[in-house]
Amino acid sequence: MEMMSGAAMVVRTLKDIGVKHVFGYPGGAVLDIYDALYAQQDVEHVLVRHEQAAAHMADGYARSTGQTGTVLVTSGPGATNTITGIATAFMDSIPMVVLSGQVPSMHIGEDAFQETDMVGCSRPIVKHSFLVKRAVDIPEAIAKAYYIANTGRPGPVVVDLPKDIVNVSEEHPYQFPEDVTMRSYNPTLKGHNKQIKKAVKTLLESKRPILYVGGGAISAEASDLVTEIAEKLNAPVTSTLMGLGAFSSVHEQFVGMLGMHGRLEANKAMHNADCILALGARFDDRVTNNVDKFCPHANIIHVDIDPASISKIVGAHVPVVGSVDEVAKQLLKEMGKIDAKAQHAKVADWWEQINQWRSRKCLEYKKGDGLIKPQEVIESLYKHTNGDAYVSSDVGQHQMFAALYYPFAKPRRWINSGGLGTMGFGLPAAMGVQMAHPEAVSTVVTGDGSIQMNIQELATCMQYNLPIKIISLNNRALGMVRQWQDMIYKGRHSHSYMDSMPDFVKLAEAYGHIGIRVTKPEELDEAMAKCFAAKDRLVFMDIEIDQNEHVYPMQIKFGAMDDMRLSKTERT
Amino acid sequence: MRRIISVLMENAPGSLSRIVGVFSQRGFNVDSLCVAPTDDKSLSRLTIVTVADDKVIEQITKQVNKLIDVLKVSDLSDGHHVERELMLVKVATRSELVRAEVKRNVDIFRAQIVDVDANNYTIQVTGTSDKLDAFAHALSQSTEIIEASRTGVCGLARGEKALRP
Ligand SMILES: Cc1ncc(C[n+]2csc(CCOP(=O)(O)OP(=O)(O)O)c2C)c(N)n1
Ligand SMILES: [Mg+2]
Repeated sequence: MEMMSGAAMVVRTLKDIGVKHVFGYPGGAVLDIYDALYAQQDVEHVLVRHEQAAAHMADGYARSTGQTGTVLVTSGPGATNTITGIATAFMDSIPMVVLSGQVPSMHIGEDAFQETDMVGCSRPIVKHSFLVKRAVDIPEAIAKAYYIANTGRPGPVVVDLPKDIVNVSEEHPYQFPEDVTMRSYNPTLKGHNKQIKKAVKTLLESKRPILYVGGGAISAEASDLVTEIAEKLNAPVTSTLMGLGAFSSVHEQFVGMLGMHGRLEANKAMHNADCILALGARFDDRVTNNVDKFCPHANIIHVDIDPASISKIVGAHVPVVGSVDEVAKQLLKEMGKIDAKAQHAKVADWWEQINQWRSRKCLEYKKGDGLIKPQEVIESLYKHTNGDAYVSSDVGQHQMFAALYYPFAKPRRWINSGGLGTMGFGLPAAMGVQMAHPEAVSTVVTGDGSIQMNIQELATCMQYNLPIKIISLNNRALGMVRQWQDMIYKGRHSHSYMDSMPDFVKLAEAYGHIGIRVTKPEELDEAMAKCFAAKDRLVFMDIEIDQNEHVYPMQIKFGAMDDMRLSKTERT
Repeated sequence: MRRIISVLMENAPGSLSRIVGVFSQRGFNVDSLCVAPTDDKSLSRLTIVTVADDKVIEQITKQVNKLIDVLKVSDLSDGHHVERELMLVKVATRSELVRAEVKRNVDIFRAQIVDVDANNYTIQVTGTSDKLDAFAHALSQSTEIIEASRTGVCGLARGEKALRP
């Protein structure tokens, strides 16, 4: 057996698992591991400027590829700085492994320098965690971490590594565990046959069916299968914020995103459906609005890999535990051949009704008055990227505008913090995307508030030549907060206004990048063209937009799914 | 409704804190919790008593089951089962009259006096939680309870049913 130090084992295990990139930041407890990284070329380390960003980068990397993202940080502050990033990945079920340094075993519990109980701190926001006690256990712990992170319902896993076990001066036998199995962990992938039969029967009896697709369809790589089911049933499809792209947004059966800022036709169709096929979605409160008024006519078929998600918020009539791809295959097989003509006839009235809702054109907005509208920026972005960019987003109004006005035709193109809503996620996520796809166009849609939460990463972009395109919708405000204050607090803008805005163009230039300011609608198109022409450079687009624009449609609190405001003055 | 949840899990560091975490994190209450390794030392068995409606119980069992270290979860109160709890209780016995009254209660409840001191008895009693409550109440009628310690409920399903890996 090969002999090596614990630190060398960490790096070697990563290599044997097939990890190509590690996002991290060094410090005392992990110096041995950093030394082991120095001596090799298999695993590329990306040095961030803040550990939170390392976690978001690993996250963006994972969301855009489906592969587990890897983070390496030191103990204490290094570890706690990743907490927001771990929580972000946890809420959206993103596979991630965080390797954190720890003080030497014999000092654990002594309040040693840079000691934090990382396993304890992260416990509520990880899928699982390990505190490794012996160097020989390192390969198995890390291999298990990757296995757990990216099977079943994916999620982040922490591996805490005390400094004494990674000590470079002691060698131990290295053995890579070829096969990881755990008697206490066996996720169910295939749906129960009886439930599949029941689901298909319910679907075929339905006259007003709808597919409600969530992030689970993306993690299961089930886009084609979901499309096949939708087309077979000729059913409308709606998507959660997390599911965008799982079913093509340019498909004629797509009725748009649903929920708080969903499209009118999506929420209407959900509310009036007689059968909802939920595929990897979890009936989040940002979707359901008032649960007591939620979709009163629908038989709900809930497909999810996590049994705990089923009937957690809304009771399912037909619960199906399994991964979306496996269950979709089973559903298709059980459906067999469906007479397309008869099926079309069955849902003809339903489509007529839906098209009527569509004709309200809820996404229309007013241009003019000399100000750039956020919606037109997103439309311009769509045009200049041929609808084929990776779009990472921060959190706020700009996020909703991006979700609504950039139709995603493919999965894994829309990268956003849906569950936790983490401002500061966008830029590092886009960097992770760019690391994973060096040739692709990686953009961030952000706001003047969010971008400042991880702005230091502009330096990392310089170091690794990441030609990200930052589309900053500058409304000189925490716009989403301001919108709520307009609506609920009579326009009392308590601390949502930032009157010390930096000069973002100069800031970008200070970091060595290109900055472009746009203030007039007629300049937008040309500026956007200039931005995307600078192929190998990072461009920061500081776009001054109308400060008073609100995101609509918007659900009305305590109402049903389809109780919505359609503009500042109109409602359903 | 009062429910008894049995959990079989890896006897690994951190497992217990994860279970307790699920309860505090999701706002489930715990009436009692009893945990020890099983005949197979690599496994621990945990019994949790909680009061919750069916929907919450479903969530509790699912969320606990979801923990990576957990092998099996079952709701004992779903079927026939045996449940026991043990209590040690120390009572003041300052007069002959009190000693006699305490001794009478000990006989009625089939408890045992396990330690005797000049001014107190330590008594052990096992049974259902109700029986323990009743015993404590009876003692308190005739004397002062100095301190008491209860193990929390542990239980097994009756018949063939078993929680095995
Ligand atoms: C870390 C964090 N802190 C606070 C919030 C609450 N919050 C949600 S949106 C928002 C405003 C975002 O402002 P900006 O990035 O400028 O976007 P805009 O809404 O103006 O488009 C705030 C403060 C959050 N989501 N994340
Ligand atoms: Mg803003």
